[in-house]
Amino acid sequence: MLASFATLLLFQCLGEGITFALKLPIPGPVVGMLLLFFALVAYPPLLERIEATGSELLRHLSLLFVPAGVGIVAAAGQVRGHWLTVILAVAVSTLLTLAVTAVVTRAVMNWQARRHNGDANDEGSGHA
Amino acid sequence: MRDLPPFGVIWVYLSASPLLGLTLTLCAYVVAYWIYGRCKFSPLANPVAIAIGLVSLVLLLSGMPYSEYFSGAQFVHFLLGPATVALAIPLARQLPRLRRSFLPLLCGLVAGSATAIISAVVLTVTLGGSYQLAVSLGPKSATTPIAMGVAEKLGGLPALTAVLVISTGIFGAIAARFLFNRMRIDSHEVRGFALGVTSHGIGTARAFQVSPEMGAFAGLGMGLNGVLTAFLAPWLIPVFAGWLAR
Repeated sequence: MLASFATLLLFQCLGEGITFALKLPIPGPVVGMLLLFFALVAYPPLLERIEATGSELLRHLSLLFVPAGVGIVAAAGQVRGHWLTVILAVAVSTLLTLAVTAVVTRAVMNWQARRHNGDANDEGSGHA
Repeated sequence: MRDLPPFGVIWVYLSASPLLGLTLTLCAYVVAYWIYGRCKFSPLANPVAIAIGLVSLVLLLSGMPYSEYFSGAQFVHFLLGPATVALAIPLARQLPRLRRSFLPLLCGLVAGSATAIISAVVLTVTLGGSYQLAVSLGPKSATTPIAMGVAEKLGGLPALTAVLVISTGIFGAIAARFLFNRMRIDSHEVRGFALGVTSHGIGTARAFQVSPEMGAFAGLGMGLNGVLTAFLAPWLIPVFAGWLAR
């Protein structure tokens, strides 16, 4: 458990370092995630070793957003603007994004499945 | 039982150490998760939203400043970093499916990322919002640090962007199930990916509560859209906001 946590922190450090050195507009942990992904693909035994700790951390991912969320609620009072515009724009844009992402992903999956018609072990396109 | 100090004095004593903020965060989350469970894990009872509400209420009633609360809560906040790195684990588990779905996911990502930015900017401007407001709204589907960075660079209000990012996360996590059921989108792979692209970490947290597979694809969507927004938003936002302002 300790070694797994150390591994996660190590990759986060690598990510932060690279982001800083190359002045990337991406947060260090996201770069760390990509690096860990490539490490896991290159060396699969690592997966077994860190999986338990990683899953435990991700099970309570919701909890980790609480402190920042409270800070945003505390700061929200200071922000003034057209609230109705903001609420409408956020709600409609969020629904549109969910719908467009899902529809395009599914459409290309179905197109791919049709092209590979007869490929018996293709269950990737779901039940659509 | 003599000479017990009044409750207020004990509270002030406890507030001085990080213990109180940390305890408050964990207790609020335990209560929120209990409510979530009682509601049969309905997306409407989003535990992040409930816990944020509970903590905010306690801070409001007790007059505890946020900085004091955060001195304890930062230990929880810190874990977001390693948890983000850990998203690579479920992703590596899904590698075979990832390979097969590479093209569909890439197309969905580009379409979704562009939709998020363009629709937010167009809606804000047509509803009468300012350029600054449109810029603050544009990157809202990206994870908080990316979105704030983009808004700042383009002349938006990073603090407002942070509020909008969290709102987008919570709203998407609540609305996704109803929208996808209506659209008859059943695959957890597609549902998770769209939720991650749209609602970043909060959507991903919700996806993990539904299934590990959905969580893996949500984490992928979150990471990829964060990166793509960082590159797309700086040129899409000025183009659309400038074009509409004319």
